[in-house]
Amino acid sequence: MDGTRVREWEARCVEEQAPACAASCPVHVDARAMLAHLAQGRFRQAYEVYARAIPLPSIISHLCHHPCESACLRAQAGDPLRIHLLERACVAFGRTDIPLRTQRPSKRGRVAIVGAGISGLTAAIDLYTKGHDVTVFEAAAALLPRLCLLGEQTLPAAVIEADLARVRESRMALRLSETVDLARLDGLLADFDAIYLAPGNGSRPDLAGWLDLDDKQRPIVDPLTFATSHPAVFAGGRLRHGDDGAPILSVHDGRYAALSIDRALQGASLTANRDNQGAYASRLYVDTSRHPAAPALPPDIGDAYGAEQAQKEAARCFPCHCLECVRVCPYLEHYGSHPKRYIREIYNNDSIVMGQHKSNRMVDSCMLCGLCAAVCPNQVSMADVCLEARQSMVDKGKMPPSHHEFALRDMAFSQGEAFALLRHQPGRRQSRYLFFPGCQLSASAPQHVLQIYAHLCATLEGGVGLMLGCCGAPARWAGREDLFAANLENLRAQWASFDQPRLITACSTCLRAFKDLDAAPAVESLWTVLEREGLPPRAASAPPVSDYAIHDPCTARQETAVQDSVRRLLDRLGVAHHELGAPGLGTCCGFGGLASFVNPEVADKVVDRRADEDPADYLAYCAMCRDNFARRGKRAVHLLDLIFGAAADPAERADPGFSRRQENRARLKTELLRDLWQEATPTRAARPDLSIADDVRADLERKWILEEDVRQVVRHAENGGARLIDPDSGHVIASYRPAAITYWVEYAIEDGRCVVYRGYSHRMEVGDTP
Amino acid sequence: MKIDPGNGLKLLCAQCRLPLVSAPVTVRYLGQAFPVELPRCPQCGYTYVPEDLATGKMLQVEQALEDK
Ligand code: SF4
Ligand code: SF4
Ligand code: SF4
Ligand SMILES: [Zn+2]
Repeated sequence: MDGTRVREWEARCVEEQAPACAASCPVHVDARAMLAHLAQGRFRQAYEVYARAIPLPSIISHLCHHPCESACLRAQAGDPLRIHLLERACVAFGRTDIPLRTQRPSKRGRVAIVGAGISGLTAAIDLYTKGHDVTVFEAAAALLPRLCLLGEQTLPAAVIEADLARVRESRMALRLSETVDLARLDGLLADFDAIYLAPGNGSRPDLAGWLDLDDKQRPIVDPLTFATSHPAVFAGGRLRHGDDGAPILSVHDGRYAALSIDRALQGASLTANRDNQGAYASRLYVDTSRHPAAPALPPDIGDAYGAEQAQKEAARCFPCHCLECVRVCPYLEHYGSHPKRYIREIYNNDSIVMGQHKSNRMVDSCMLCGLCAAVCPNQVSMADVCLEARQSMVDKGKMPPSHHEFALRDMAFSQGEAFALLRHQPGRRQSRYLFFPGCQLSASAPQHVLQIYAHLCATLEGGVGLMLGCCGAPARWAGREDLFAANLENLRAQWASFDQPRLITACSTCLRAFKDLDAAPAVESLWTVLEREGLPPRAASAPPVSDYAIHDPCTARQETAVQDSVRRLLDRLGVAHHELGAPGLGTCCGFGGLASFVNPEVADKVVDRRADEDPADYLAYCAMCRDNFARRGKRAVHLLDLIFGAAADPAERADPGFSRRQENRARLKTELLRDLWQEATPTRAARPDLSIADDVRADLERKWILEEDVRQVVRHAENGGARLIDPDSGHVIASYRPAAITYWVEYAIEDGRCVVYRGYSHRMEVGDTP
Repeated sequence: MKIDPGNGLKLLCAQCRLPLVSAPVTVRYLGQAFPVELPRCPQCGYTYVPEDLATGKMLQVEQALEDK
């Protein structure tokens, strides 16, 4: 896979962007995580989230001016979360007085902090916990002298004390009543590796000459690194912001200055990886309209929240996520994460040279239906990612052989002698049109192919040729661009040999395959043709009329003209119908991308969820969609069922299954040749005649074993091949390996028919004695 | 691989008319070979793979090898 493109895909998914609340907080308190704990009554964990970002949690929970609340997206559906009051509730009900712990830095340094205000103490605590030797100098006789003057009303002394206790208990040196003037500063440089200058508001003309000053006589400070003109001196807090400086900005400066000092002590880059430092606007997309409005809850104990009220208020948090694609796609939901993570995983999987490729099945379970891109604010297409990953797996020889072999064999059947066909309309030598019904309609409802072809021949002027085959979509989905291109080239050559007639496809997957060709042939959907040219006379036995919900196939997502024609045809038929959500935004039926061969569990979830969207009978205009619904017990009809009518209830028609699909195609070709072109084909009767109970048949389908595979085993055994006898039942157990798979069948010949009891297969080859 | 022969040791080879016996054989996939004990005809060597093995342990190994 192309690493540059992968990174571009990854960058487009915004799910890992911080929510608005955290992004707008200067030190990025993860309010979303904090509120999630609070809503569950986990006060201690909520407090820990808060205290991780805020080293003086009691004080700041009283003083912060909460810019997060102005950014909170809940405002678009009610009021913003009262994050500030909730932070106080975290402290009130979840506070833990754990002593400051220290890590062991690779290089330990001595740091002087000048000024024991909020900024100085924040830096002191951060550097101390990183393991450095910290000495705090304060001119006043107490820590946080300015806050002590705010008064009991604004900031009770007990609140200050709660945060200071662990500072006093630490091994930090606290040097109170020590004024640090210029002479002293210079002296400190001899004893300390770095200085953080946070003496509070005020111009410092005394520092001129020692540090570069601005026109207000304050040290010039780099806003990213807090470096001054002296490499060992950093500065911040109200020295930088002046009297307007909010307490949270002092925390911000202290925190990020400490980061710089630690990096300087370790000899690391001061500027690397500092994106999103401080408040910024998040790019996270959130559809707030899906949430009903909910007003803020008022504080219930004075001006604070009690525990219960806090829990309720916290539960108003959405929480903010994008996940637009994950919500609509059971496949994306199944793997428990989101595209940014998936894309990374898939790329890593692609890059592994030795070892397990853990994401192969995930890559091959996407339906390639394109719904994710259609709902994503940034058009991230997992279909593009998974398809490219599959092609890469094929190129590297890492595609698991078992994933697509069955589907590719089915495709080969449709391209082969048994089904493929090219003819002009009977009695004509030219074709202005060429009808391509596709492999799945022919497999599902061969009589409809006969009927609609007859109608096209009767309606269209200039001759309608017929081309049977497969458009090759399974090869493309399997990552086999080689097979896909070769097949299309073959079809194109056939089309060209008929003087480039106008193609008509009954299947939107085929339509897309032809349209995607460079120099695409003129091609049109059967449905737009029928809308223009007219429907056949209505059959006598009209189907039971119900109000159908329309399921558009995922391959027609972009084909609005086709979607519209289908609806107008239904109107013309007098059939009531309604939408299943927006026409271009439906899920796949589970067949797309060959996902059902690789991950039947996920594919079934997709069909089932689609089926549950509406209790009405579904109307499909892709045979595979119709059959998939039928397979999962959802009543569904094909548009042609309504056009031609059917004797029995067409919504009850069973999914034919893969063995019947092949038989139907072969029989269709034989009947067409016999009835329309008077050509006899050698009838290859399927021998032996199998008798298979329904449950055994379903079990064989589930194991991807065709009846023809079973016949091969029986023929081989009955022609003298090795076989076993079960003396209890008298049944024969035999195996045959036509190519890469060994099939085992238990059977008995009864009254000339072969009764099949079970079958199974394996890919491993059993060899000789070692 | 430790294999439960299932009903394999009750089965008779149709050609040799002999009951199968447990015997060491090699199974191979994608260039890897594994020794196993499987029910086998002592005369012609036809080897039985029980369904539980084919759809259980053997399938797991196949899939692990495919993801290598
Ligand atoms: S819709 Fe999905 S892929 Fe797009 S940004 Fe959102 S989470 Fe990411
Ligand atoms: S709704 Fe929740 S996650 Fe979203 S911005 Fe508000 S507090 Fe943050
Ligand atoms: S199945 Fe469809 S919606 Fe889901 S990830 Fe694949 S292409 Fe996107
Ligand atoms: Zn034998």
